Amino acid sequence: MSDINNKYVSFQDVQKTYDGEILVVKGFNLDIGKGEFVTMLGPSGSGKTTCLMMLAGFETPTQGEIFINGTAVNRIAPHKRNIGMMFQNYALFPHMTIAENLAYPLQVRRMGRSEVEEKVKRALDMVELGGFESRRPKQLSGGQQQRVALARALVFEPSLVLMDEPLGALDKQLREQMQYEIKHIHARLGVTVVYVTHDQSEALTMSDRIAVFNNGVVQQLDTPQGLYEKPVNSFVADFIGENNVLHGKIESEENGICSLNVNGEKIKATAVTQAPAGTQVMMSIRPERVVLGSHHEGIDNSFVGSVKECIYHGDHIRVRVSLLGQDQFILKLPNSAATGGVSVGDSVQVAWSSGDARALDIVEY
Amino acid sequence: MKIKTLVAQLPLAVAVAAASTGVSAESLTVVSWGGAYTESQVEAYHKPYTAETGTKIISENYSGGVAEIKAQVEAGNVTWDVIDLEKADVIRACDEGLLVEIDPADLPDGDDGASAVDDFVPGGLEDCGVANIVWAKIVAYDESQFSGNKPSKMVDFFNTKDFPGKRGLKKTPKVNLERALIADGVPGGKVYEVLSTPEGVDRAFAKLEEIKEQVVWWEAGSQPVQLLADGEVSMTTAYNGRIYNAAAVEGKPFTIIWDHQFAELDFFGIVKGTKKLDESMKFLKYATDTKRLADQTNYISYAPARKSSIALVTDKMMPHMATAPENFGNAVPVDHAWWADNQDELNERFNAWLNK
Amino acid sequence: MSTSVPTADNMQVNDPQLKGKLKKAERFLKIRALLLVAPLVLFVLFTFVFPLTEMLYRSIHNPILVDNMPQAAALIREWGQVELPGEDIFSEVGKALVIAREQKTIGRIGNRLNSEHSGMRSLTTKSARKLGKYTGDDYKTYMLGLDKRWGEMETWSAFKVLSSEYTMTHYLAAFDMQYNAKGEIVPQPEDRQIYIDMLLKTLKLSLMVTVFCVILGYPLAYLLSVLPSSKSNLLMILVLLPFWTSLLVRTSAWIVMLQSKGVVNSLLLYLGIISEPLDMMYNQIGTVVAMTHILLPFLILPTYSVMKSISPVYMHAARSLGATPAHAFIKVYFPQSLPGLSAGAILVFILSIGYYITPALVGGRTGQMISNLIAYHMQTSLNWGLGAALAGSLLIVVLVLYGIYNRLVGASQLKLG
Repeated sequence: MSDINNKYVSFQDVQKTYDGEILVVKGFNLDIGKGEFVTMLGPSGSGKTTCLMMLAGFETPTQGEIFINGTAVNRIAPHKRNIGMMFQNYALFPHMTIAENLAYPLQVRRMGRSEVEEKVKRALDMVELGGFESRRPKQLSGGQQQRVALARALVFEPSLVLMDEPLGALDKQLREQMQYEIKHIHARLGVTVVYVTHDQSEALTMSDRIAVFNNGVVQQLDTPQGLYEKPVNSFVADFIGENNVLHGKIESEENGICSLNVNGEKIKATAVTQAPAGTQVMMSIRPERVVLGSHHEGIDNSFVGSVKECIYHGDHIRVRVSLLGQDQFILKLPNSAATGGVSVGDSVQVAWSSGDARALDIVEY
Repeated sequence: MKIKTLVAQLPLAVAVAAASTGVSAESLTVVSWGGAYTESQVEAYHKPYTAETGTKIISENYSGGVAEIKAQVEAGNVTWDVIDLEKADVIRACDEGLLVEIDPADLPDGDDGASAVDDFVPGGLEDCGVANIVWAKIVAYDESQFSGNKPSKMVDFFNTKDFPGKRGLKKTPKVNLERALIADGVPGGKVYEVLSTPEGVDRAFAKLEEIKEQVVWWEAGSQPVQLLADGEVSMTTAYNGRIYNAAAVEGKPFTIIWDHQFAELDFFGIVKGTKKLDESMKFLKYATDTKRLADQTNYISYAPARKSSIALVTDKMMPHMATAPENFGNAVPVDHAWWADNQDELNERFNAWLNK
Repeated sequence: MSTSVPTADNMQVNDPQLKGKLKKAERFLKIRALLLVAPLVLFVLFTFVFPLTEMLYRSIHNPILVDNMPQAAALIREWGQVELPGEDIFSEVGKALVIAREQKTIGRIGNRLNSEHSGMRSLTTKSARKLGKYTGDDYKTYMLGLDKRWGEMETWSAFKVLSSEYTMTHYLAAFDMQYNAKGEIVPQPEDRQIYIDMLLKTLKLSLMVTVFCVILGYPLAYLLSVLPSSKSNLLMILVLLPFWTSLLVRTSAWIVMLQSKGVVNSLLLYLGIISEPLDMMYNQIGTVVAMTHILLPFLILPTYSVMKSISPVYMHAARSLGATPAHAFIKVYFPQSLPGLSAGAILVFILSIGYYITPALVGGRTGQMISNLIAYHMQTSLNWGLGAALAGSLLIVVLVLYGIYNRLVGASQLKLG
């Protein structure tokens, strides 16, 4: 890929402040390749929407520059950027019919009537809403409205589409269905998508890459797999997926494996942190990477804990164990004959591999 | 707002009733025009009456007309007892059965022994009212607005060439049509005769038309004084007492033209349906006796309606009275009976004329 | 397992009393709802519906002759208005006048007849006095001798108009028409025609006030809706400030500002921009300026509250779709603010149509509106019937205009917030 294709959208050292005192976005750098689906993920107030609004042109960076397709866009008005956009509450114009909504971006581009009609029809067919042309947005369900909003954001064939929590107002089932739909359309049309959400599972499902925001700073930019498997700090580990946490002090480090002192016991974990010995760090391990019994291959951490709670989840059993002074330690055990026998009060051998456990810097948030 | 205007009449009586509940039996509500005039009545009538009888007088103000009395009487909720009315309103209210009839024989004789019928000035006793003051609708001007020649005749009101400036006129055809005819050369005594013909009415309107663009129209008695004071008009028609007050009390350079003024009377009447008929009657007789009427002139320049009272007016006040010989001259009495017959038609025509 | 899945059979219980039970259960809720709104309903009934109906009833109800001289009224109703009435009517009217004089109702009868035909008051009161002494039985000859007006058709037409308990005469008058001596409906003489002119002028001035309110109020409402709340609250207080001041004070303030020696004229004269004071008060300009100021909040408030509910996201969406700010405003924002704007405009227009105090104080000769004439008939001429008919006509005009608006735009499009 050429440089331009790797940097179809590029934030370069962007800062934003509203009041001259607090930076809502700090030193933000991000390159998005052409055709990529990149999600900005973070809790509310983390600066992700501000970044999207700066990209759309509704906010101006206080410092730094944004490039689209190699052009600096800071001084280009929103309507000249040719960016499709989807909003959380659909933002369909309530006084227009569905067809009028879809025709609007085409009409402002002064397209001929027949061309407009044809494109509107094609866009509606794409989201499987043919025949809804003359309805008003209010007469449609939330899911249908969002599909119209999607069609409208794409009907004028922008090469960049921004989506600001577009599925936030939908119920869970519909949301999941729409996630796949957007994903498929993205794959089919090859447009570049920048997506904002605070829902980590949505981000994991849809994105090529995810930028995790906190306090105006990108904590980690990675593929979904990279984020889940290899979080770089405590915030990312906590924010993405479920996570068992043990706090301890670094004692020594060797070949990327460090040894921690947790509650007097020695634990081995992959050293993500660069901190010197004696630093307080957080060890993170995913519940599904923890096993019962120490006879598994590659296991180098094994401790005795007592079972506090068992919850039946059908495909797996969720077991809460008190371990190393932490009584919220969770295990997800596959529902098999081997794990059926665990019950509350049992003493169990809890084990994991140091390759799955990560010693992370503690980030304030 | 529209609806409010519409229905204001009906709930009014209820509201007034609500406001005045709790009034003790030994009280009387006397309604008058407010300002210096009411104050003169309070000093001359109310205070001495309360001192003598112990009955408290509640003084309320209104802006004339029969509508509020009608609303009270029709709603059967009368809260006003004694009321001060213009002659036209006394006649109208009496016609409509809104006032108690008063027998002149019940009224006290004058101090000089003359019976009430002889003692009151002509027209001072109506079926439903007893006159208290004689006043005049006059023309007054602001001296400071005329540097050289000052107006001296009523006719000068219509002469905007020699006496420039805007004019204040009451928004009614009554008296204005008469003034217009006199200004057009009709002798004071023949005014109503001429006005009784369609040509006479046309002639009066034509004369008014000459100054139409110069006129600022007023409605309440306090307005012309304000218009003069603000310099909005240089000359205005007004009530003589109001101008006297502005000149004598507030020191304004206002002068009354005592020429072809229109003599008028004010009356006390008793609202039909009052719960205090006897007390109201007692007050009315008290307030219209020789001494009280004369005493009022110490507070305002309206002349007493009893001849026996005129003799008691001080030399200081006398020159300001409408009845003073040097003022009375060619005063014209307003023919209220004629107006009662013609007001509907002329008011309509006047309103239409104003609007054009 | 003992629980069974409900089927269509056991869902539909064949209990004939079920409906009754439901009704019973719902009756309580209905009664409670009724009790909750009862005070309001009674309030509206007593302060609005009753007085309004009463006044509208007065515009056609005309009982003066039917109540006070029933026999005479009955005979006159039958009179053909072709030639003078016969002795039967003369004698009934003559006797009735005498009775009316004794019962002190002659003044009211005379005044009411007088509003139909000038001079009737003196004719009836004077004749009644003389008829009281008449002992003969040829009333017609006697009355014709008393006053020649008894021989005029107009006199009897006035009786005829008032002889029925219900009459359209007030509504005819409200539209500058009248019955002539033959009982036909003809226009009023030209120099007495005023009400249609006045109605048109009222509509014209109200429209002007509405247009000015829209021009001034719409941008302000927009500003209010986009400012941060700390600033918009302060501005809102300034908008509402006029509401805290009495109408009279506000109107008087305009008099101080605009009169010929007022603040504005003095300033312009001092600056040498004009050499003669401008006439801005006591005319239509005064009425329109003062009313625009007074009614402006009524436009701003509904417009503002609707604008406040328009998410900025629509403008963002339009801009992102390629629209210039102006295009997005006109095609996307304005149509959405229209319900509030039209609610405000209609409010202002309807309030203007019925406005009374301000035109009375600052309208002078040319700035008067129809309400001032209604007030005149209510308060001064005491012709409540005509006043009520004028108010009724105004009500009809407002309803017709509203109907037209409803056809064009749709009332459901109105929004107060």
